[in-house]
Amino acid sequence: MRNWRWVFTMLLYVGVVLKIGALELGRAQQTERISGSAGDVLEDDPVGRLKVFVYELPSKYNKKILQKDPRCLTHMFAAEIYMHRFLLSSPVRTLNPEEADWFYTPVYTTCDLTPNGLPLPFKSPRMMRSAIQLISSNWPYWNRTEGADHFFIVPHDFGACFHYLEEKAIERGILHLLQRATLVQTFGQRNHVCLKDGSITVPPYAPPQKMQSHLIPPNTPRSIFVYFRGLFYDVGNDPEGGYYARGARAAVWENFKDNPLFDISTEHPTTYYEDMQRAIFCLCPLGWAPWSPRLVEAVIFGCIPVIIADDIVLPFADAIPWEDIGVFVAEKDVPNLDTILTSINPDVILRKQRLLANPSMKQAMLFPQPAQPGDAFHQILNGLARKLPHDRSVYLKRGEKVLNWTRGPVGDLKPW
Amino acid sequence: MKPSLLQQQSRRSNSFRGSNPLDSSPDGGGGAGKSPAAIFWLVLHGLCCLVSLVLGFRFSRLIFFLLFSTSTNSNTGLYQTSPFRTVADIAENLAFSTSLPSLDSSPANRTTGTAGVSSSGVVVGRHGILIRPWPHPNPDEVMKAHRIIERVQREQRAQYGVKSPRTVIVVTPTYVRTFQTLHLTGVMHSLMNVPYDLVWIVVEAGGVTNETASLITKSGLRTIHIGFEERMPISWEDRHRMEARMRLRALRVVSEKKLDGAVMFADDSNMHSMELFDEIQKVKWIGAVSVGILVHSGHSDEDLSVRNEGDESNSPVPIQGPACNSSDQLVGWHTFNSLPYVGRSANYVGDRATVLPRKLEWAGFVLNSRLVWKKAEDKPDWVKDLDMVARDEANVESPLSLLKDSSVVEPLGSCGRKVLLWWLRVEARADSKFPSGWIIDPPLEVTVPARHTPWPDAPPELPTSEKVTSIKESSEKRATKTRTHRSRRGSRSKRKHEARSVDAHVSERHSGEN
Repeated sequence: MRNWRWVFTMLLYVGVVLKIGALELGRAQQTERISGSAGDVLEDDPVGRLKVFVYELPSKYNKKILQKDPRCLTHMFAAEIYMHRFLLSSPVRTLNPEEADWFYTPVYTTCDLTPNGLPLPFKSPRMMRSAIQLISSNWPYWNRTEGADHFFIVPHDFGACFHYLEEKAIERGILHLLQRATLVQTFGQRNHVCLKDGSITVPPYAPPQKMQSHLIPPNTPRSIFVYFRGLFYDVGNDPEGGYYARGARAAVWENFKDNPLFDISTEHPTTYYEDMQRAIFCLCPLGWAPWSPRLVEAVIFGCIPVIIADDIVLPFADAIPWEDIGVFVAEKDVPNLDTILTSINPDVILRKQRLLANPSMKQAMLFPQPAQPGDAFHQILNGLARKLPHDRSVYLKRGEKVLNWTRGPVGDLKPW
Repeated sequence: MKPSLLQQQSRRSNSFRGSNPLDSSPDGGGGAGKSPAAIFWLVLHGLCCLVSLVLGFRFSRLIFFLLFSTSTNSNTGLYQTSPFRTVADIAENLAFSTSLPSLDSSPANRTTGTAGVSSSGVVVGRHGILIRPWPHPNPDEVMKAHRIIERVQREQRAQYGVKSPRTVIVVTPTYVRTFQTLHLTGVMHSLMNVPYDLVWIVVEAGGVTNETASLITKSGLRTIHIGFEERMPISWEDRHRMEARMRLRALRVVSEKKLDGAVMFADDSNMHSMELFDEIQKVKWIGAVSVGILVHSGHSDEDLSVRNEGDESNSPVPIQGPACNSSDQLVGWHTFNSLPYVGRSANYVGDRATVLPRKLEWAGFVLNSRLVWKKAEDKPDWVKDLDMVARDEANVESPLSLLKDSSVVEPLGSCGRKVLLWWLRVEARADSKFPSGWIIDPPLEVTVPARHTPWPDAPPELPTSEKVTSIKESSEKRATKTRTHRSRRGSRSKRKHEARSVDAHVSERHSGEN
């Protein structure tokens, strides 16, 4: 008698659970959870998992530079400034350097702008050197590990190679003094000199309020198949073509300029953000460097990014499974782009859109002020937390020296 | 990311690096005592420069490509790139390293240097622009892309649009007349574009006819064609009443067949927007939308006087629909102000005066079909039974007669602020004729009186050539004047007879041209 009752209650319980589960599955799923190679880490809270000490540098390294040119707050390299502000008021900050896991040096190396607004990297290595000399002489923590538990934010074109021309950047290589530190940068390309092992790739800064203010109702039907606005030929710097974007953007133009499915042009429409929300695919080809804010915009507006950049490393690659979210096209396959995109199974496309609709995905690409949980600041801290605990070997023995302070081009050794 | 102008100069220096070594070699050759080879290369280089100047591209590189194109680049096999673009990196690899050893092969160093650093295939430097042989859209792929777009939009509708959309039941009274095809085609096309399931109930006065049936089957929609065994009266008053009875008949069909959905009344002369069908989905029991009333005035004089009167006292807002207070609750109705038109409205169809709408048009109402069912689960108690209402058919003016209490009507379209359909009554005279099915099968039923007979009474006799030319000239001159003159002249003489036949031909031609 009792057995029957147990069986009955078990069946009832299972039935109720299934019914609830079935109801959830029946409704059209709007989003899907995102988990990358490091697991389901997008929503982790870094507070309590690490402690960051912020060095107090004289204001000539940060505030004075910003005062000279406030455009640094709105261009795509503004992440370094906002990260500093975030860390100053964040709960992970500690005022006791003895208990800190990571050390942050607030030096704005990407704030020396031309009249057009492009950052000049010529003085950046000297500035960085001078900052490191300062912290190594005023605090003992640099010499303790020669920078292995320090991190720096270098959002420039080729990261810590500090040059905008790829060949020059490769020649220079990463600044020698930074070779043991962790670099947080926007540039990422596999097997490239300027991407060091253990670096954290972040998205470029895109103004969150500006993008939120251009949102359109989500039931507006997506009627554009492929969308792109930008240069195909950089006539000023590469008149012959073939250099800019390794010829990939020019190939897109030449192959698809008369294709009605491809809404591509060089114009600057005022409805750029709204158009992206009406498109299914947004092209994100490389330019002079492989990364661009287009990726951020595509993710925010729910447009599947089509990434045309060989060997690129995308932001937070261990937390976000980009292969499931975006479409990767090799540069040599660009002439077949239409075949590739139309042969994707519609179910796969719908799944990608569901992943993009996940709000934690959109949050992870933004640098909002004030900081919100799950945003790019927190993802950077999560990335740093995942690298803990430091290996015993980073702590150098007394008198042991690894870095050669005189290495690098002669011009870099001049004081700043 | 875009480099500044400084970079432009450095880039130029990069591209000229190829030519600088060429310059240096003659100097080197000159220092060693000007060997004939050096002079030869100098002369060749000068020649290439001159040719390049004339042609406008790098002639030297083309020559090297043609001479040394033994090793194939993986790209050129497949793609027809413009030769000057792929020549560049082939020439760099071949020419500078094989044929001209005296050059300072810094470009070669550059390429090999970068290849050594990056073990991946990504090489810094000039790349070819890959263009496929036929860089134009492929229709199969365009179709596939459209199917993808449609699938995505369907998913969007499922997620953000109306959840569990209801069937739309459309009731249209109609009858065969001149303007029927015009009106019914308009409604039909609007209904074909509705993204929801649809049932179209067409009630036809005068019985079911083939003409109407063939018209509505073209739509491909699910239709129920009902015949109403009475002819449509001519006077507008009677006509409106009869249409109300036809609609009640359709509602009875809904009740009998237990059709489930939202019932809307689409008169065939109305114009509906697609938003209307989206708004309809929101109705719970009975809803009202705003109808734009376009009163088509027959005579221009009357129109002016009406407008003048209208301006003095607040011009009538041509909207019929629910009126709301500030908290979006129904407080009353906007109806069409027909006072300015009193005494001047049309009485019968085809009257040149303005046709006025009723106080509240049926078209502005939406019902939940369960309201007219005999038995429905949660049918509210403020609705009258359809049979009881139908008994008093003659006095049913609007769907409000179905309700005991008209305050339960839900205002739709952001509380009547959006006009979602338009009412316009344009009809031809009741006795106007049109070709059946709008297919002209000669001869026409309608006979247009001819000004003169199109065929000559007798076959034309062949005239002598001079007469013909003179007659022709004269007839052409005269034909430009009034034509009627010709026809009135009887067939008196042979010549005139011929002239007439020639005239007829000429004037026919003229009329044809006109």
